Amino acid sequence: MNLKLIIDIAKSLMLARFRQTLVAAVGVTFSITMFIALLGFMNGLNDMLDGLILNRTPHVRLFNEIKPNPNQPISRSAEFERGYHFIQSVKSSNAKQEIANSAAILQAVQNDPLVLGVAPKVNTPVLYNSGTIDITGVVSGIDVVAETALFFFNDYIRAGNPIDLKNVSNSIILGKGLADKLLVEIGQVVQVTTSKGERLPLKVVGIFQSGIADLDKVQSFASISTAQKLLGAPNNYITDIQIKLHDLARAPEVSKNYAWLFQCDAEDIQTANAQFETGSVIRTLISYVVGIVLLIVAGFGIYNILNMMIYEKMDTIAILKATGFSGSDVRKIFLGIALTIGLAGGAIGLAFGFIFSLLIDQIPFNTAALPTITTYPVNYNPKFYLIGILFSLVTTYLAGFFPARKASKIDPVIIIRGK
Amino acid sequence: MGKTILQAANINKYFNDPVRVQVLNEVSFSVNQGDFVSVTGKSGCGKSTLLYILSTMDTDFEGDLAIDDETTRDKPESELARIRNEKIGFVFQFHYLLNEFTVLKNVMLPGLKLHKFSEQEVEHRAMERLKTLGIESLAHKRANQLSGGEKQRVAIARALINDPLIIMGDEPTGNLDKKNSDIVFEHFKLLAEEFQQTLLIVTHDEEFAKNTHRVIEMEDGRILKRG
Repeated sequence: MNLKLIIDIAKSLMLARFRQTLVAAVGVTFSITMFIALLGFMNGLNDMLDGLILNRTPHVRLFNEIKPNPNQPISRSAEFERGYHFIQSVKSSNAKQEIANSAAILQAVQNDPLVLGVAPKVNTPVLYNSGTIDITGVVSGIDVVAETALFFFNDYIRAGNPIDLKNVSNSIILGKGLADKLLVEIGQVVQVTTSKGERLPLKVVGIFQSGIADLDKVQSFASISTAQKLLGAPNNYITDIQIKLHDLARAPEVSKNYAWLFQCDAEDIQTANAQFETGSVIRTLISYVVGIVLLIVAGFGIYNILNMMIYEKMDTIAILKATGFSGSDVRKIFLGIALTIGLAGGAIGLAFGFIFSLLIDQIPFNTAALPTITTYPVNYNPKFYLIGILFSLVTTYLAGFFPARKASKIDPVIIIRGK
Repeated sequence: MGKTILQAANINKYFNDPVRVQVLNEVSFSVNQGDFVSVTGKSGCGKSTLLYILSTMDTDFEGDLAIDDETTRDKPESELARIRNEKIGFVFQFHYLLNEFTVLKNVMLPGLKLHKFSEQEVEHRAMERLKTLGIESLAHKRANQLSGGEKQRVAIARALINDPLIIMGDEPTGNLDKKNSDIVFEHFKLLAEEFQQTLLIVTHDEEFAKNTHRVIEMEDGRILKRG
């Protein structure tokens, strides 16, 4: 009801102690600035590190594992039905790594509403020939367009244009380490020997760097048809089907379903990379804890300054009460002061935090792991800003609550008589 | 004789710290509309204590107190604050103006709190009262730039802002020199005689008390003379 009057009185009290109020607000500003900068930076790093794994890993991968025949002779014997079978005499057969009926599977997966996209892949071991020595390695036949759309293949290309893989026949993109060893550059030709003993010249159209040096020394990419040619396989030969889902959390369920449906092995991202989430969670937790600790310190500052203000303004409080202001009016006045400090300090803190984030975003950061990243990554998620301002209001409210309650309970008689 | 504004019945008050001492003993009296009453007595006779009970600020007493035929017993704190705001005006020994505000704003504050009139209206009423007390020229000064006598006149203007039923004063001239005391007294007298304002003033200034219409004398927590 009398809100305008209460705000007016709170404003006058603050202006009368402008410097103290300013110090309290600066404390909040500092905490919120650090909170925003810290969370933005930490989450930027998190996103980047998660991206290293998440962007490249399919949510569900369909493939055929080489494994012993499940129908061992001993398992057919009724006598040992209840025992554990140590003897496995039938070795892993020359099982086909090919996914049977791949075209139909691709079609079916593509039509699944849970699936964001699908990228087929052909993996084949090869020997790269360089002079007198051979280097063992792997060529992955990929669909460049799907790979770029789903797994950000573009981001890891240091030189050349990945789309040439599709446009230029018999082309290859080499890993950085491999290209260095083979002493080849874009436009030159490397000789590749397949496991079947055939030899094929492939034109280098790009160099890629995954960030994992050992991988870059063996891995290279070609188009699916080139890889099939290396293997001497027909054009429906596929060894891996990589699936990206709309919702990562459903990967285990989908993977189980597909393994049963398509009679092949399926691996979900949670099983493949169980550890990556732990790191992100811990880093986020640390930044929140540091931010909140900073705010609590600022809260104590506000508590002190309000307490001091109340001691100084005993007379004012007494006279307000004598002339008809109730305890709750007085409490509102001091809570108003606390919240104003919180809101003003917090809002300025958000602005400074944003500026700070922009500065961090300008600091050069070159890492072999991520060729496309040149400065420190920062996350500008508005969620942090919302949490920041909410935190600042909650802390200042709590910091103001007890002094304000004390002020509301001041007995004017004691003050007025006390003179 | 006007209607009864304030009715105190069998008021007892004890101080419990450090030992239980009775400071008011069966105090009963009433104040009628238009009365100009002074309460006198020696220091420590309980006259100030009585005033704080009558003002509703001190609620720790036995007996009954009615203001404007409305008992104040067992009323919540916010209700008592409303009664003080609407029906009682205060003038203290120490001027107790709020130094954060201008003179005008000091006078306006209880009026703004009452919220019966718009802000412009309250400002207009405040200026009127400052004029009555002859200090309208000080309206836009800050409260701490005033002399003692001026401050006390501002305090009187503030007490008048909501047209209170009664103005209570606790040694309003106790901290002023002779000249300023006289000025303040003249204003009280003017209010009582010209505007039929009810006044209840606690004072140990014999001369001040002598000039009021009715003197209540106290000694050791009892009323000696109801005047």
